[in-house]
Amino acid sequence: MTNFFLSPFLDNEFLRHALFAGILVSLICAVAGTFVVLRGLAFVGDALAHGVLPGIATALILGVSGVFGAMVGAAVMMGGVNLVTRKLRLSGDTSVGLLFVGMLALGVMITSRSKSFSGDLTRILFGELLGVSWSQLAWQTVAFILVGTTAWVCRRPFLLLCVDEGLTESSGFSVRKYHVIMLTLVAITIVASFQTVGTLLVLGMLIAPPATGALLSRRLSTMIIIAAVSGSIATYAGLLISYHADLAAGASIVLSAVALFAFTATVREFRLSLRRTNRADDELPHQHTHIRP
Amino acid sequence: MTSNSVNARSLSVGYDRRPVVVDMTFDLTPGNLMVLIGTNGSGKSTLLKTLAGMLAPLSGEVLVLGQNPGALPSRVAFLPQHPVSSHTLPLRAEDVVEMGRFAHLGLLKRETPADRLIVKESMFRTGVHEFAKLPLRDLSGGQQQRTHLAQVLARQAEVLLLDEPTAGLDVNGRGAVDSLISEERSRGVTVVMATHEISDAENANIVMLLAQRVVAIGPPADVLRDDYLRECFGFTQPH
Repeated sequence: MTNFFLSPFLDNEFLRHALFAGILVSLICAVAGTFVVLRGLAFVGDALAHGVLPGIATALILGVSGVFGAMVGAAVMMGGVNLVTRKLRLSGDTSVGLLFVGMLALGVMITSRSKSFSGDLTRILFGELLGVSWSQLAWQTVAFILVGTTAWVCRRPFLLLCVDEGLTESSGFSVRKYHVIMLTLVAITIVASFQTVGTLLVLGMLIAPPATGALLSRRLSTMIIIAAVSGSIATYAGLLISYHADLAAGASIVLSAVALFAFTATVREFRLSLRRTNRADDELPHQHTHIRP
Repeated sequence: MTSNSVNARSLSVGYDRRPVVVDMTFDLTPGNLMVLIGTNGSGKSTLLKTLAGMLAPLSGEVLVLGQNPGALPSRVAFLPQHPVSSHTLPLRAEDVVEMGRFAHLGLLKRETPADRLIVKESMFRTGVHEFAKLPLRDLSGGQQQRTHLAQVLARQAEVLLLDEPTAGLDVNGRGAVDSLISEERSRGVTVVMATHEISDAENANIVMLLAQRVVAIGPPADVLRDDYLRECFGFTQPH
């Protein structure tokens, strides 16, 4: 039994690297994803994840770092969303949607110029978890420290933003400034995670573990901790499934995270309905049966 | 302009250069209550947001505690209309009240025992202490409104801007809000409150009837007249 659960990681260095990388992604996504879930930024997060595609594709063709290309792509996407929303007076989701499909199409067009079109595109979209290097792990650690520290420093305005923008502004914190900082943290998270789970699946790690945390917690700090733990469990379970069933690693991790959320939500709903039934029973008037002599 | 609590001269407010209400002039001194009455879209919230510094005035002049609106967040508290309480938000009632101290604490200042005492007092004054440890999402509309009111009190501000503070409250809750406002005024706090209820205006120093313009402004006895109310609401409300 122990062999089934531990041997894959003890015997294979590439799988240990993948586990470390996956756990680091879970930790970064737990912090940034918590605010994505609470502030309703899932669509913006998805758009940012796809907005990095042209940057990475261009970097691959020019032979420079994909991380650098992703950073440029994320910066262009964030600037574009800001500009279109402010200047064209379109609703947020329309402007984000336009840039989302535009950047995705541009990314695919640029990638199609590369000699190994489908291989490069698959690598960008689904990640290369089993080929994670030490330098990538180091970059992910730096990103985690940066995202974690910034989120801690900005915890008050971030919390206010999740409750009410008016409250944020009247408490002396600029809505625009802290919204941009929050989006920047999401962009850094995506750039740090795309090599591991890919741009297509990073959204799953940004949303599923924090959503599990939201189901079980009454405090923001607890939500982040539960998100980090459930993301790490999903990473371990996904790698194990991938190893034994010969399935794609990134997709197995994300599916495990979503399954963990579904399981938690089902158990929670079952317990809530049980509690409601018990309460209804307690509130029923007592019925006395009178036996006539 | 004299600098007391709130001064407005020929003030026009609105969104994106589109005026909602124009040419308002009023002065409020410490302890004053100004009640804004009007239907939805009449400009009550727009004026409150301008006083809170969330919207820039379109024209005219306005000072809050002698400064531009929004310049003194720790001395001016704003209660938004129906604050959003997302179903997923993992906050207990007491966490929401603690947020009232954020304007004083800024980004990095640590919470002191004095801050915690203020939060506790605010919860007792509003009855929030009874459900302080419960998640906000599990509270009724009235309990959530009391929680947000406790947060405003925890700011210990000199000017309170309240957008429909009695919305969602029952008769007892409304009475409790009236008492809280009276207590705050007796401490010298200036209150500007938006409401649909004419009865909320009876103890005010100044009442402003709005219908995308100033229908009438002045003491309640001069303003709460049938002809003005008909102009404001389109019909007369029972007093």
